[in-house]
Amino acid sequence: MRQAVREKLARMSNDEQILLRPLVETSRSFYIVAGLLAAVTLWGMFAYYLQVTYGLGRTGLNRPSYWGIYIICFVFFIGISHAGTLISAILRVSKAEWRRSITRSAELITVLVIGFGAIQPIIDLGRPDRVLNVIFNAQLRSPLLWDVTSIGLYFISCTIYLYVPMLPDLAIIRDSGIKAPRLYRFLAAGYRDTPAQRARLERVIGVLSIIVIPIAVSVHTVIGWIFAMTLRPMWHSTIFGPYFVMGAIYSGIAAILVAMVVLRRAFGLQQYFKDIHFDYLGRLLLLFSLLWFYFTFAEYLTAFYGGEPGEMRAFWAKLTGPFAIPFWTMVLGCFIIPLSLMSRRSMRTPRGTLIAGIAVMIGMWLERFNIVVPTSVNPRWEIESIGQYLPSWVELSIMAATFSGFTLLYMLATKFVPIVSIWEIKEGREHSVREVADRVAEYLPESA
Amino acid sequence: MARWGMVIDLDRCTGCAACEVACKSENNVAAVSVEQADMGRASSWMKVMAHVEGEFPDTTMHFYPRPCMHCDNPPCIRVCPVQATYIDDEGIVGQIYARCIGCRYCANACPYMVKYFNWYGPEWSEAERQHLNPDVSVRPAGVIEKCTFCHHRLQKAREDARAEGRELREEDYQPACVDVCPTNAIIFGDLDNPSHAVHTLKDDPRVLRLMEDLGTQPKVYYLRPRD
Repeated sequence: MRQAVREKLARMSNDEQILLRPLVETSRSFYIVAGLLAAVTLWGMFAYYLQVTYGLGRTGLNRPSYWGIYIICFVFFIGISHAGTLISAILRVSKAEWRRSITRSAELITVLVIGFGAIQPIIDLGRPDRVLNVIFNAQLRSPLLWDVTSIGLYFISCTIYLYVPMLPDLAIIRDSGIKAPRLYRFLAAGYRDTPAQRARLERVIGVLSIIVIPIAVSVHTVIGWIFAMTLRPMWHSTIFGPYFVMGAIYSGIAAILVAMVVLRRAFGLQQYFKDIHFDYLGRLLLLFSLLWFYFTFAEYLTAFYGGEPGEMRAFWAKLTGPFAIPFWTMVLGCFIIPLSLMSRRSMRTPRGTLIAGIAVMIGMWLERFNIVVPTSVNPRWEIESIGQYLPSWVELSIMAATFSGFTLLYMLATKFVPIVSIWEIKEGREHSVREVADRVAEYLPESA
Repeated sequence: MARWGMVIDLDRCTGCAACEVACKSENNVAAVSVEQADMGRASSWMKVMAHVEGEFPDTTMHFYPRPCMHCDNPPCIRVCPVQATYIDDEGIVGQIYARCIGCRYCANACPYMVKYFNWYGPEWSEAERQHLNPDVSVRPAGVIEKCTFCHHRLQKAREDARAEGRELREEDYQPACVDVCPTNAIIFGDLDNPSHAVHTLKDDPRVLRLMEDLGTQPKVYYLRPRD
C-alpha cells in the first residue's frame, strides 16, 4: 500500500478503515488462490472449446439421458442465487436489523451466480450459435421461454438491486480518493448523500426489495415447471414449483453461510459477521432443513402411494436402485447433518454453520442430480429403459470451471466494493438503535 | 384435408427390420460407430422393438415397429422454445433442422422416445455418400431429427398428380418402410378418407395405440396379435 493511500485511510472512521482495506491491500495468498481458480476456469473453457468444435458427443449424454451435468448445474446455480434475494430483500422488508452487515455479500452472490447459472443451458445447447432463435422465433407455450423471460428479468432487477444500495459506498470511495478516482466518479453517478438523495435512495430500495421477491419466486418456479410440464415419471408433479423455490432458498442460505465464514477469516471481519449472525442464519437453515424434509416426503409419498408403474421405476431406482448412493447422500446432506447440527445452540457457530452449509450445498446439488438423471434413464416406455449416464471429463471440467469462475469473480469483486455495506452499518449505529427502541415502545400498551 | 396415419399389423410383422434399413437409406440417417451405438447414440427413425412375454421356455416374442406416432396432440411441439417442431395441416409432425437450437426438450417430452439427437455431425463412407437421397436434407451436428412419414414423397406424389391432372391416389404416397415391408404389415394412408384402407382398419376391434391414456392421440395404430 502506498504511503499516500495509507494516510488517507488513517483519517477515515474505524468502519471505513476495516472495510475499505481489502480494496487497496491484497495479500499474497489472494493471488495464489486467484491464480489457481483462473487456471481451472481456463481449463474448463478449453473443454468447452472441444465441445463446440466436435459436438455434444464429447459429453456423456445419450438417448434417453438427454440432460445431465449442465442442467443440474443450471438448477443448482440459479438456486444459489436466491441467497441475495432472501437475505437482503425479505430481511429489509421485515426490518430485521441484523441484516445490515450481510446484505452486500449476499446480493453480490446473487448477481454473479445468475450469470454462471444462466450460461449452463446455453452450454447444453447442440447449436449455441442459434441461441438468439429463442427471441426471433419465440414460442410462448414453451416453459424454456418462460425461463428465458423470468431469468432475464431477474438478472436485471437483481443487478439494479445490488447497484442502488451500493451508491453511498461508491461515493465514500470516490470522496476518499483511495482507488481509481475516475472509475468511482463514474460509478457513484453523482451521489452526494444529501438528505434528499438519501430519502430517495431509501424509497427506491424499499420498492426494489418488494419487486425482487415475486420475481425470484417466479424464476425457480418456472425452472421446476420445465420438468413438471412434461409427462415424465417423477417430473410431472404439481409440487415442483414450490419445491424448487424452497430448495433454492435453502441452498442460498447455505451458500451465504459458507461465503461469510470465508470472508470473515480472509478479511478479518469478526466484528461484522458476529456469532449472532451465524446463530440466526443457522436457525433459518434449521427451519429449511425441516421444510426440505416435508416437501421431499410429500413428493415421494404421493408417487409411492399412487404406485403407477412408470413412476415406480424411477422411484425405486432412487431409493434402492442404481441411484441409492446419491439419494441417501442427499438425505444426509439436506436433512440429517443440518438438522442434527443446527438444532444445537453450540453448533450455530461459524465452524458449525460452515459444516452444515457445505453439507447442504452438496445435498442440494445431489437433489438436482436425483431429479434430472433417474427420470431421464427411466422413461415411461419400459422397453427403452436401457439408459445409463456417466458424465465425461468435458462436462466435469466445465462444472469445475463454473465453480471456480464464480469464486474468482466474487474474489475480484471484493477488491472493488466493500463486502459489508459501510453506510448501512453507519445508519444502524446512528439511527436504527433509537428507531428500534421507539418501535418496541410502540408495540407495548401505553404505560400507566 | 388429409390426415395421414399408419396401421401396423403385429400378427404380420416378422421382425425382419427391413423397414428400419429402408428408412435409414431413404432418409440419409447416418450410421454411428459401435461404441457410440452402445452409448445409446444411434438414430433409427423407424425401430423394431422386441417385446418378450412369459417365462423361459414358455415365451412369446412380439415385434413393435415404432416410427414417430405423429400425435394429433404432440407433447414435443408445445415445449419447443423456437417453434422448430410443428404439426402441419395434414397431421404430420416435422422438425425444422435449420432452426433447432438442440436443447433436447422435445426429446425429453416425447413419451415414445422418437426424437433423435445428432451428437456429432453425420459421417458417410465415399460409397454411401454417392447414394444419399437428394430429396432429404442432411442434418448437421447438434440438432434433433425425426420420422417425417417420408414427407418428401408426399410432395413428389402431389406434384406428379398435379402434372397428370388427377387426384392423389392412395398408392401414390407411401413411406419407405411401408413400401419395403415383405409381409405388408404396415398400411399407410389418409385416416379420414373412406376409400383408404387405414380408414376402416383404424376401427378394427384389434386396434391399440401406444400410451393412448396420455392424451397424445397418436396416428399410428397397432393391430394386436391374435393368440
